Amino acid sequence: MTLQAILFVLIIIGGTALLSWPLGRYMAGVMDPKGGKGTMTGLFQAIVGPLGREEQGWKAYVFAILAFNIVIFTVVYLIQTFQGALPFNPDGMGAVNPDLMFNTAASFTTNTNLQHYSGEATYSYFTQLGGLMWLQFVTPAVGLAAPTAMARALSGRALGNFWVDLQRATFLVLLPLSLVFAALLVIGGLPMTFEGSVVATTLEGVQQTIARGPVAAFVTIKQLGTNGGGFFGPNSTHPLENVSFYTNMIQMVAIIIVPMACVWMFARIVGRIKHGFVIFAVMLCFVLIKTAGSVGFETAPTQAFNDLPIAQDVGNLEGKELRFGATGGPLWAVLTTATSNGSVGAMHDSLNPLAGMMPMVGMWLNESFGGVGVGMINMFLYIVVAVFVAGMMIGRTPEYLGWRIEAREVKLALFALLAHGAFILLGTAIFAATPWGAETLNNSGPHGFSEILYEFTSAAANNGSGFEGLGDNTVPWNITTGLVMIFSRFIPIILPLAIVGFMSQKRRATESSGTLSVEGGVFATMLAVTVIVVGALTFFPAATLGPIAEHVMYMN
Amino acid sequence: MSQSKPASMFDARIMGPALRGAFTKLHPRLLAKNPVMFVVAVVSALCTVLFVKDLVTGAEGLGFSFQIILWLWFTLLFANFAEAVAEGRGKAQAESLRKTRTETTAKLLDASGNWRSVPGESLKVGDVVLVEPGDIIPSDGEVIEGVASVNEAAITGESAPVIRESGGDRSAVTGGTQVLSDWIKVRISAAAGSTFIDRMISLVEGAERQKTPNEIALNVMLAGLTLIFVMATATIPAFAGYAGGSVPVIVLVALFVTLIPTTIGALVSAIGIAGMDRLVRFNVLAMSGRAVEAAGDVDTLLLDKTGTITLGNRQATEFRPVKGVAEAELADAAQLASLADETPEGRSIVVLAKEKYGIRARDMQSLGATFVPFTAQSRMSGVDFDGTTIRKGAVDAVLKSVAGGRVASEKLREIQGISDAIAKLGGTPLAVVRNGQLLGVIYLKDIVKGGIRERFAELRQMGIRTVMITGDNPMTAAAIAAEAGVDDFLAEATPEMKLDLIRREQAKGKLVAMCGDGTNDAPALAQADVGVAMNTGTVAAREAGNMVDLDSDPTKLIEIVGIGKQLLMTRGSLTTFSIANDVAKYFAIVPAMFVALYPGLDSLNIMGLATPQSAILSAIIFNALIIIALIPLSLKGVAYKAIGANALLRRNLLIYGLGGLVVPFIGIKLIDVIITTLGLA
Repeated sequence: MTLQAILFVLIIIGGTALLSWPLGRYMAGVMDPKGGKGTMTGLFQAIVGPLGREEQGWKAYVFAILAFNIVIFTVVYLIQTFQGALPFNPDGMGAVNPDLMFNTAASFTTNTNLQHYSGEATYSYFTQLGGLMWLQFVTPAVGLAAPTAMARALSGRALGNFWVDLQRATFLVLLPLSLVFAALLVIGGLPMTFEGSVVATTLEGVQQTIARGPVAAFVTIKQLGTNGGGFFGPNSTHPLENVSFYTNMIQMVAIIIVPMACVWMFARIVGRIKHGFVIFAVMLCFVLIKTAGSVGFETAPTQAFNDLPIAQDVGNLEGKELRFGATGGPLWAVLTTATSNGSVGAMHDSLNPLAGMMPMVGMWLNESFGGVGVGMINMFLYIVVAVFVAGMMIGRTPEYLGWRIEAREVKLALFALLAHGAFILLGTAIFAATPWGAETLNNSGPHGFSEILYEFTSAAANNGSGFEGLGDNTVPWNITTGLVMIFSRFIPIILPLAIVGFMSQKRRATESSGTLSVEGGVFATMLAVTVIVVGALTFFPAATLGPIAEHVMYMN
Repeated sequence: MSQSKPASMFDARIMGPALRGAFTKLHPRLLAKNPVMFVVAVVSALCTVLFVKDLVTGAEGLGFSFQIILWLWFTLLFANFAEAVAEGRGKAQAESLRKTRTETTAKLLDASGNWRSVPGESLKVGDVVLVEPGDIIPSDGEVIEGVASVNEAAITGESAPVIRESGGDRSAVTGGTQVLSDWIKVRISAAAGSTFIDRMISLVEGAERQKTPNEIALNVMLAGLTLIFVMATATIPAFAGYAGGSVPVIVLVALFVTLIPTTIGALVSAIGIAGMDRLVRFNVLAMSGRAVEAAGDVDTLLLDKTGTITLGNRQATEFRPVKGVAEAELADAAQLASLADETPEGRSIVVLAKEKYGIRARDMQSLGATFVPFTAQSRMSGVDFDGTTIRKGAVDAVLKSVAGGRVASEKLREIQGISDAIAKLGGTPLAVVRNGQLLGVIYLKDIVKGGIRERFAELRQMGIRTVMITGDNPMTAAAIAAEAGVDDFLAEATPEMKLDLIRREQAKGKLVAMCGDGTNDAPALAQADVGVAMNTGTVAAREAGNMVDLDSDPTKLIEIVGIGKQLLMTRGSLTTFSIANDVAKYFAIVPAMFVALYPGLDSLNIMGLATPQSAILSAIIFNALIIIALIPLSLKGVAYKAIGANALLRRNLLIYGLGGLVVPFIGIKLIDVIITTLGLA
C-alpha cells in the first residue's frame, strides 16, 4: 500500500519533471528565438502593427500588460452582463449579480478561477467558451510573457515586446500543447459537444437533467494554464470532467508540466541551466515534502468516523473519488495548490486537518512550482532576498548573475512578498472577526477558521481552489476576494519587472570564484531556508489556530 | 605593519561613556535612524503607558507585565550600548588622531614674502605658510618650496623622520606633523575641519557617519521584515477572538519584538563603525564607508612589483664567467669592484662572494684602492688599484667601454647569451670587466617576497585577479610574474597604460583596486574603484584616491580587501543568525499564547517550557541578552578566511544559519529553567 503510493507519486511527479525538460527547451526556443527573429515573429508583428515593433522598456512592458488586462476584464464583464442576448445559450442562462460578475471577471483575468458559482448552472456556452475559456488561454500567456521579459533583462538584453510575447505564448505554446492534451482527454472519454443538457431517466424512474458541453477543450486549458476553473461546479471530481484513473493521471501531469517547464525556459533564456537546476530542485523538494505530508496524514481515518462502528484501516476516504485511487486525492490537492491551478480532484474540506494544511502551505509559498510563469517570478523574489543575505555572507555587496542588488531591489522584492502575506492575514483577520466571514461558515471551531483562511489564501495565491463548505457567493466575499485577486496578480508581475529594469541599468559585474554562485547545493539550501523563514513562518500563528489546533483537538 | 591594538570593550574609559550613551541614545531623533529599534521603542513606550494605567486601576498579573516591559527597555538599551561601545572605541582611536589637531599657529606668508602669525583654523585653501624647525604643519598641503625632514610619528607611529620636498613625489605634508630641520613653504590644500584626519575622525566616531549603500539596503530589508511581523502579530487578536479568547497586548508585543530582527538591527551600526575602526588601526584612512565596502568587491588588484611583490632590492645570486675564466676569479673581481659600493646590490655581491667562495672582504685602504662611483654617464662603478681597473655595470655600458665597443664577436655573443638567459629568469645581468678583459656576468636576482605566492593563490580562490605593474622589460616581468604567481603583468608600464588597463578591466565589469603615490598616478587612482594613495605621495595622488595609507605600504591593499569583505560578512552572518532565531521564538511563544484556547497545542511546546509566562519571558530575555553576547563579535568581525565564495557561504551558513537555528532553543530553555527556579514566572 505504502509502496504503491510512493510509486504513484514518483511516476506522476518524476515523469512530469522529465517531460518538462524538452518542453522547457521548446518554450525557450519559441518565446525567445535565437539568431534572427524566429519564423512567426514577423507574422505576429504584422498582426499587432506598429505596437509590436518597438523594444519595450520595463515601464512600457508593464503598461502593455496592464492595458491588455483592463481590456480583457471589461470584455468578460460585458459578456456576462449580456449573456442572455448572446448566442450559444441553449439552457437560457440569464443575468448574474454584479458583485459575482466582478468576482468572476477578476478571477479569470487574474488566472485565479476562484468560482463563487457553478458553471453549468450560471453561464451560457458562449460565456464559458468565448469569455472564460478565452481568458484561460490568454492569462497564462500573460504569465509566460512576464518571466520571458525578466529573463531577457537578466541576460543583459532588452525586455522585448509584450504583444509579440503574448502571441508567441498563446499560439506557439498553449495552443499546440492543448491540442495534444485535449486529444488524450477525449480518448479518455471526456465529452466534447455543443449540444445542450440531456434528460435521462434513472433506474428509479426519475427524470435527471445531465449538463454537458465542450468539456474536454475547457478542461485541457484549465489544467495546462494553471487556471483551475471547472466546467462543472464540482470541478475535476465531476464524472464528466474527470472520467477515470487514466484521465486523472493525464490531468495531474497537465497541472504541473508548464510551471515546471517555465523554470527551464527561464534558465535557458538567462543562459544558466545549472542555476535552473538549483531552482527546480528547491521547488521539487517543497512539492515532495508537501506530498509526503498530505498523503501521509490522509492514511489516518477521518475524525467524522470516530464514533462509528466501522473498519478504520483504509485511511480517510471522505470526499474522495474512489475511481482515482486513495493517493489521487491528496496528491492532486498538493499539485493543484503547488501550482496556482486550483482545480480540485477531491474535496479539500474533507481532508484531515494537517493533510489539508499542505495545500495551504503550497499557496502561502506560491512558488513551487507556482502558476504558469508567475511561479518562477515569485521564486525570483525569494532569490533576490536570499542572494542579498548570502551575498553579504561571502563578503561582497550582493549581486545576482552579476547585477548588483541594492536598496531599491530589496525594497521592491520584500514589498511583493509582504503584500502576499498581508492579503491573506488581514483578509482572514477581518472576516474571522466580523459576520462577513462568521455567518458564511459551514463549520465552527478551527475548521471554520481554516475555511476563511483557505479562501483568502486561495485568492491571494491566484489559485482558485476552495475549501468548499463556505457560502462564498456573498457581496463581501465577492468584492474582497475580487480585489485581493487583482492586487495579488499584478504586484508580483509588475515589481519583479521593475527590479530587473532597475538592475539592468547598472554596470554588470563578471562572475568569478569570489562571487556568489547561484548554482550549487549551498545556494539551494540558502534559497530553501529563505523561502521557509521569510515565506512560511509568517503564517505560523494562523496555521496554529486553524489546521494545527484542529489536529491536536481531534486526531489524537 | 603597525597595527595598533583595539581598546578592550571592557575598558573603563569605554564602558563609562558607553553606559551613559545607552541612555542618551534613547532620544527619538537618534532612534529614528534605525527603523527596527525605533519600532521597539514605540511599542515599549506603549506598553509602559498601558502598565501604568493597569497599575492605577489595579489589574492582575502586573509582575509578569513589569518584567516583560523591563526586558523590552533592556533590549533597546543593549542596542544603544552596542553602538555606544563601537563609537567609544572609534573615539579612542580618533582621540589619538585628534591630538595632532591641537591648535597651531601658522606663519601665513603674504605676497611680499613676509609672514605673520595666524591661528591654524583660520587658514583657507590656497594660503601659503612658512614652516620652520619645531613648527607643527597647520593643515594638509603641498610643499612648494624647500626641503625639510618631518616627523610624522603623530599619524604613522613611525618615529624616523621623512623628507618632504617641493616637486617630485614627496611633496605632500599632513596637518599635525612636525618639521624637524630646515624649512618649507606649504600651500594649504584643505581648510580646517576638512583635512584627512578630520574626515577620518568623523567616520570612526560615528557621529557624522553616512550609511553606506549596502547598509541602507540592509536597513530596508530589516524594515520590510519588521512590517511582515507587524502583520503577523497584529492579526492575532482577530484570530484569537474567533476562537473565543483574547491575547494580552503585552504578550503580542513580546512576540512581535522577539520576531523582528532586533539582533542585527541593534548591531548594524556597531558593525559599520567597527569596520572603519579596523581600517584605522591598520593605519589606513578611508574617505568614506562606501570605499571600504567597495574594497570587499574588488575583482582585480593592480600591485606594484617593487616593494609589494619583490623585496625592494635585487640581490646577487650567481656568478657566470665566460669561457676560460674560473667562477672564483669572477667572484673575486666582482667583490673587489663592490667593496666600496654601499648600494644593497653592491653589498649583496660582497656577501655572495664571501659565502660561496670564501673570499673575505678586503680593506680598501690597505689595498690602496680608489673607488670609482656609479654615474649616470658611465653607468658603471668599480675600483682602481695597483694599475688594475675593475668595472661592473649594465652589460651594454660595459661592452661599450671595452675597447670602444670592438669586442671579438665570439665573446660578444657569449656575454649576450649569458645576459639574455639571466633576463629570461627575471634577473638583471651586471657585466664585470678587468683591465679591458671581460670576465663574466653577475646575476642579480629580484627576490620575490616569502609567502607572497600563497597570498596570491588565496586571492585567486577569492576570485581576485592580481596584476603586477612594473617598469621592467616584458621578458624580466614575465619571469617574475611566473615566480610570484600573479595572474597577469603589465611591463614597461606608463601611467597611461595603467589607466588604460583599469578602464579595460572595468569595461569587463570588474572592480579594480590599485595603489599609487606619484602625481602621474592620480588619473589611475581616480579611475580605480578603490585607489589607495601612499602617505608619502603627492597631494594630487591623495586627492585622487579614496584611501590613504599612512604607512605607505603597498602590500596593505590585500589587507584592505580583507577588511572590506569582513565588514560585509559580519553584516550578512548576523542577519542570518537573527532571522534564523525566529524559528525557536515562534515555538516558545505561539503555543504559550494559544494554549488557553486549545489545550492540545501544548504539544507544540517542544522545548518543554514550564509555563506560558515563563516561555514568553524566556524568549524576550534571550532576545535581549543575545545582543550583548554578540557585541564582541560585531566589533571584531566574523573570521575572514581566504577560501572560495562557495566554501565561505557553506561555512557561514553552517555557523550562523544552523547556529542561529539551534542556539535559541538551548538558550531559551536554559533561561526558562533559571527563571522558574528563581520563581520569576
